[in-house]
Amino acid sequence: MPDSTASAGPLDGHRPDGVSGAAIDLVGVTKSYPGQGGAAVDRISLQIPAGEIVMLVGPSGCGKTTTLKMINRLIEPTSGTITIDGRDVLSLDGDELRRQIGYVIQAGGLFPHMSVATNVGIVPGMLRWEKKRIAERTDELLELVGLDPAKYRDRYPGELSGGQQQRVGVARALAADPPVLLMDEPFGAVDPITRQRLQDELLRIQDELRKTIVCVTHDFDEAVKLGDRIVVLGEGARVVQYDTPAQVLAHPADPFVEDFVGSGAALKALTLTRVGELEALQETTTARVGDAVADVVARARAVGDAAAVVLDDRGRPQRWPWLRQLQAEGDVVLDRVEDVLSVDRRATLNAALDAMLGSRYGGVVVTGKNDVYEGVLFLQTAIDAVATTRGGSGDDGPVPVAGNDEDAARALAGEGAS
Amino acid sequence: MSTPVQAQEGRVPGARTQGAPAGRGRGGRLGLRPGRRRLVVQPLAVLAALGLFALWVATGEITGTASALLTPATVVSLTLEHLELTLVAAVVVLLIGIPLGIFLTRPRTRRLAGPVVLVANFGQAAPAIGLVVLLAIWLGAQFSTAVVALVAYGVLPVLAGTITGLQGVDQRLVEAGRGMGMTTGAVLRRVELPLAVPVMLSGVRTALVLLVGTATLAAFINGGGLGELITTGITLDDTLLLASGAALVALLALLVDWAGRVVEEVARPRGL
Ligand SMILES: Nc1ncnc2c1ncn2[C@@H]1O[C@H](COP(=O)(O)OP(=O)(O)OP(=O)(O)O)[C@@H](O)[C@H]1O
Ligand SMILES: [Mg+2]
Repeated sequence: MPDSTASAGPLDGHRPDGVSGAAIDLVGVTKSYPGQGGAAVDRISLQIPAGEIVMLVGPSGCGKTTTLKMINRLIEPTSGTITIDGRDVLSLDGDELRRQIGYVIQAGGLFPHMSVATNVGIVPGMLRWEKKRIAERTDELLELVGLDPAKYRDRYPGELSGGQQQRVGVARALAADPPVLLMDEPFGAVDPITRQRLQDELLRIQDELRKTIVCVTHDFDEAVKLGDRIVVLGEGARVVQYDTPAQVLAHPADPFVEDFVGSGAALKALTLTRVGELEALQETTTARVGDAVADVVARARAVGDAAAVVLDDRGRPQRWPWLRQLQAEGDVVLDRVEDVLSVDRRATLNAALDAMLGSRYGGVVVTGKNDVYEGVLFLQTAIDAVATTRGGSGDDGPVPVAGNDEDAARALAGEGAS
Repeated sequence: MSTPVQAQEGRVPGARTQGAPAGRGRGGRLGLRPGRRRLVVQPLAVLAALGLFALWVATGEITGTASALLTPATVVSLTLEHLELTLVAAVVVLLIGIPLGIFLTRPRTRRLAGPVVLVANFGQAAPAIGLVVLLAIWLGAQFSTAVVALVAYGVLPVLAGTITGLQGVDQRLVEAGRGMGMTTGAVLRRVELPLAVPVMLSGVRTALVLLVGTATLAAFINGGGLGELITTGITLDDTLLLASGAALVALLALLVDWAGRVVEEVARPRGL
């Protein structure tokens, strides 16, 4: 048994600003498989800032998976250096390194003969956490990925849906609180609707945890939605463009990227804006269950509202009835099941527009943490807000270095590019 | 648009090669699925047949050597001898077959699996009686020679079962294990072997049944066992004795098969 204190302590990116991720630098990294013409990955240099989601996209066989797996040394680079949090990964024990890096593959890769809890507890177990701590951590993580621990911890993967398996896969990767998460087409095996939800959840989790996430995808839309930055790779993992999604959409580096982006770049850009960022939320009249209808109507009339949002005792929107509907009732009641069209404040503008177009008010109710009511968003204000947002350029900070040549490698190695 | 999201979150097609426990809980009339019903019926049938056999012997229609040999004491001691032979051989078979099977599925030695299985096939394809006699000429006629012959004969199913079982493990799961920092040994112990257990055990069961049958031949080289009833029957031209020996071996094989199935049922990891 290798002594777990042999390496010089854990990788750690925890910082005061809430970022728990660690920066990853690839410098001139090459992988050539024996008996093949060109290298599968040819001298890639890539600077991945701490706490960001970086998406690797590119055509099939271009070396995305190979690049990803070299970071946790499932594949040993032929040459080049990779550092995480400033530490050279090649100097660490491979197995120990991997215990400090979350790894998520398609369909979760759960072990079918282990319960959900056992699956999630594997890495903490290898790190010799106490049983009780592992159990607590498992429940906490299941909670985090939206699965009720009491209901799911003792289930087997075969008793879960594909989306649930994928969630457990994410929980398992996060178990030992690694600073880095590597994902290889994590949501490739689920249907589009489930994929949307899993993506939203990943973003919510990332909001909280601020890990460094490197994620491979085939799906450019997914890259736009999830990525803080996108790396478009060509043959041999050539970095064709490394930029924010907005920049890639607005200024594709060359026809290859343009082709990859596909049509409807402007529409795709809608997924870049979150409802909460718009600052276009409006107040509207709200009512609690049991309020006197006359009061509510009076309040609404006073501000010119024709409808009121009914909230339950925890402030979650339940109904959005017209005033005249309310007037037919004595007190405000809940038990009329009407689907209130609400979106989370983290929802993309794309999703919100979709909901608005389907709403009889031309608007949606926006909710925040724990589905609590925050306000309403109307089509016209949303469009106005988009117009103004588009005006200003996004503040994305300095663009990190990337490339496949000596300059990029030197710049990354800190020698200073000429 | 209004499709219920919950219903959409279906199973992932082809996400796992290890089958989902679809058959679980879908009971037959006895509240058991077909495979399990067999677990009850098979030993009952064997016991019934044994009872009939004992009754028939007790009627005293048998004479001479046959009646001398077919006493409960003799039959029991011959059966125990037979089982001893089988079990000793089985233990050796497991000790050889399983580690060899594991070895032949490791990335570096994977290539050797084909040739080795081919050689193991020879062991099995050779006529058992020829193998036994040849070994007896070489090693002398005794218990240990019989064991060697049985091992040569029974190793193939265990080896093949181990290799097939391990090869059948979804490589993505192996990689998932490695990716989370398991050592290769841990992946083998915690992922590959448990997932291969069902296939491996069915190989072991096949080997056991084969060994019970083949152990009969041990009697030809003084190895003991129920085969003695048969050899004596042949020598004395006593068809009754011969048939009794054959029937007892067959019943024993069925019992061993049953025991194997019980173990398979019990040892199958949950979740598979
Ligand atoms: N073990 C291997 N041995 C030899 N060549 C390999 C091996 N793994 C990958 N390759 C080759 O390396 C290249 C890059 O493969 P990689 O799996 O990184 O592609 P990818 O971008 O992930 O593709 P995809 O989108 O289809 O998953 C391919 O040309 C592939 O054939
Ligand atoms: Mg790939």
